[in-house]
Amino acid sequence: MSSITGEDVTIGHDDAHGHDDHDHKPEGFLARWVFTTNHKDIGTLYLVFALLMFFIGGSMAMVIRAELFMPGLQLVEPDFFNQMTTMHALIMVFGAVMPAWVGFANWMIPLMVGAPDMALPRMNNWSFWILPFAFTMLLSTLFMDSGGPAAGWTLYPPLSLQTGDSFAFVVFSVHMMGISSIMGAINIIATILNMRAPGMTLLRMPLFVWTWLITAYLLIAVMPVLAGAVTMLLTDHFFGTSFFNAAGGGDPVMFQHIFWFFGHPEVYIMILPAFGVVSEILPTFSRKPLFGYAAMVYATASIAFLSFIVWAHHMFTVGMPLEGELFFMYATMLIAVPTGVKVFNWVSTMWKGSMTFETPMLFAIGFVVLFTIGGLSGLMLAITASDLQYHDTYFVVAHFHYVLVPGAVFTLMAGAYYWLPKWSGNMYSERWGKIHFWLSTISVNVLFFPQHYLGLAGMPRRIPDYAPQFADFNMWSSLGGFAFGASQLIFVGVVIHCVFFSKVKATARVWEGAKGLEWTVPSPAPHHTFTHPPTVTASMVAHGEDH
Amino acid sequence: MKKQNTFIVGLAVLVAVCVAFWLLLVAPMYTGNEINMTRGVSSLAATHYDLHMIILWICVVIGILVFTAMFISIVLHRKSRGHEAAQFSHSTKAEIAWTVIPVLILIAMAIPATKALVEMESPSGTEMTVKVIGFQWKWKYEYLEDDIEFVSTLASDSNAARQLGSGIDPTTVDNYLLAVDKPLVLPVGRKIKFLITADDVIHAWWVPAFGWKRDAVPGFINEAWVKIDEPGTYRGQCAELCGKDHGFMPIVVEAVSQEDYDAWVQTQTAAGVAAAEDAERTWDFEELMDRGESVYASQCATCHQPDGEGLGEAFPALAGSEVATGPLNEHIRVVLEGREGTAMQGFGELLTPSDIAAALTYTRNAFGNGTGDLIQPSDIAGINKG
Repeated sequence: MSSITGEDVTIGHDDAHGHDDHDHKPEGFLARWVFTTNHKDIGTLYLVFALLMFFIGGSMAMVIRAELFMPGLQLVEPDFFNQMTTMHALIMVFGAVMPAWVGFANWMIPLMVGAPDMALPRMNNWSFWILPFAFTMLLSTLFMDSGGPAAGWTLYPPLSLQTGDSFAFVVFSVHMMGISSIMGAINIIATILNMRAPGMTLLRMPLFVWTWLITAYLLIAVMPVLAGAVTMLLTDHFFGTSFFNAAGGGDPVMFQHIFWFFGHPEVYIMILPAFGVVSEILPTFSRKPLFGYAAMVYATASIAFLSFIVWAHHMFTVGMPLEGELFFMYATMLIAVPTGVKVFNWVSTMWKGSMTFETPMLFAIGFVVLFTIGGLSGLMLAITASDLQYHDTYFVVAHFHYVLVPGAVFTLMAGAYYWLPKWSGNMYSERWGKIHFWLSTISVNVLFFPQHYLGLAGMPRRIPDYAPQFADFNMWSSLGGFAFGASQLIFVGVVIHCVFFSKVKATARVWEGAKGLEWTVPSPAPHHTFTHPPTVTASMVAHGEDH
Repeated sequence: MKKQNTFIVGLAVLVAVCVAFWLLLVAPMYTGNEINMTRGVSSLAATHYDLHMIILWICVVIGILVFTAMFISIVLHRKSRGHEAAQFSHSTKAEIAWTVIPVLILIAMAIPATKALVEMESPSGTEMTVKVIGFQWKWKYEYLEDDIEFVSTLASDSNAARQLGSGIDPTTVDNYLLAVDKPLVLPVGRKIKFLITADDVIHAWWVPAFGWKRDAVPGFINEAWVKIDEPGTYRGQCAELCGKDHGFMPIVVEAVSQEDYDAWVQTQTAAGVAAAEDAERTWDFEELMDRGESVYASQCATCHQPDGEGLGEAFPALAGSEVATGPLNEHIRVVLEGREGTAMQGFGELLTPSDIAAALTYTRNAFGNGTGDLIQPSDIAGINKG
């Protein structure tokens, strides 16, 4: 707290002429980026790191799709293929999507609630700088004699216990990611609950802040569970315990229960902030308040609650009592209700608006359409009896990629385009942004839609080679994959151009219909903002009147 | 005038959305590829197929309604057409409607879904039992009433073609990756119970035509059942990641009439007697090496490699290894019992004593190991029983 007060004294006049020549950035690379406690710089670090991991994880996906381009093994040994599927998932989940959302939270939550910084700035620095070490350790396993983890990101024993000595590195890197996430979550909760500007009541908070508040509680609830599960794997592997070894009195299915008690809320950890971003963007470009703000908040909270009681729908084939299967089926089906409320509210937000279709809006609309497809296939998967056919096939692969790629990743892109002018002070190239959107949208469907057919026709997931009857759709899927991967390079080009070369300066408001505190500060947002808290009134927030 | 405009746009969008759904869900059928779940050959598979189609159509209708509303809005309510934004932000009636109606739809879906599940979980009244045991990477079948057991592995032509850079075109191989050396033979028209378990890691036994998959979990026995309606060959695969050759442990079921099944049981019983006699006689070195080479190729070479040089730390070399050139008893013990925490499984339950003796003799004399040891089937049978 003392550092914040200290800064208050020196740059308390920030609001009056907040341009970069007065914003007291630390001098030198080390001081600016390594020792930083500034929420904006840490946000940038998170986002750059996540983008790097997105491309590393993505290149693994390219290896997978290249091997699956046609039947027969052409490129890699099956064991390496399994390492690729495992690492692709671990990197995308823990290295790309989650840190990207924390990056957005760092940048935007203080700006959205009118706080000068995150509540715990030094911990903020630490929670980021753990990540490069965690992922260096995880990636290093690929170069070890025993190879990287190859048992799937779910790390099911007994298979995961067959990993060689590199397994210890995997477990420790998961521990470090968990510590980073928990610290990030504590920071976000502390910031939201303690540092809101006067007048920023809970039900005036932007929906992105709400969804992150709920996400942060999910993180604190489940990351320790994952840490416990992998620690038990570690002791089973190296210290002779038998938590999951049936021959020693343990239970391999118990791991799955523990893992998915973490794993299902984890899915919502990746998608709830996406709901938030879409709920910011749609009103802006529809020039109309968000429809059903209060219902959106309650729906988010309901989804978060339900996420704790549906985990075993990932395990319908494992052999559960009928009563258990019925319970988890009904509970899972219930999630469709609050999720449906969200989709209907988004459509109603657009209804009778005055829409324009800049890149963030395009990605947000793409999200609503394609996430709905992923949501509907999720409803199909909830039906236990037919899931006995769908389970562990490409139908499932198609489902979760629809909710994660055109779901979470599209909203990350939408959010990046939406706030990039605020972050950099420059406008990005609308033409290239739109090209990026259309190429991504077409290729992502060519990539994932045929996988529904593959799964229904009987192709299991996580196989490096397949029967020739699956060849056509796999080739389509691979072509879509290569195109999608290449399209993301456009995004890098757009960002570099925008930040370093764009001549078009952004205004403070940036978008005609934008509402909320972040648009009241100059673009680029000065290094320190809201050193004097603003006073928030109902008309300043995106959803208009109070609820 | 404006109302009419909305109506025409709405109709056009509805048609466009329906066409899009048709293109995605129906048109790909005409490519000649299978795009939907099989109806299968059992009542369970048919039930699961029907359930799948009901839910799919409900989802399609919901999707069409949502997307139509959304795209009408995108066409009409745009700034470039001069549309002024309305400022409403909620409607209690609408919000109640789209909470309550989905609940009703879900209840309607839950009824057939519950019935299907209850049927699936009723394995009572079965007339015969097959125990299915998953191994890395093969299936073992035990017919509990008929006292037959055998191991079923990937067919050798598929196995040759699937090696990295084999140069063999998979399309020239019969049922590439979906063929086995010994299929599971089952009679049609009888309710058959499966007891499913695993020896090493978790596998999943899945024949799509039967309508379900079940995990094979070491230390647990799962139940499932099928009553096959039509004779035929039904193919499936392991559906739970079980290590490097997870993609290469298919399942083939030959469903035959009761008479054919009975005849098959006769031949298997005779073969069993012959195998037992084999295990008691004394074999010469050449005979053991010949048999050992083929056993090695089908059971050991996947990991230890055809040249015995292994694959990294996880799959150690046998050429010059401490085990294969060291004390014989230790070698026999590792082969019979496996090695905990590694992919080395125990073969005591998987192979006949003759096969094990032959494989041991082969590995102790091939790859330059040259120990000169000669192991007789009777040596193994004695240890295995003890």
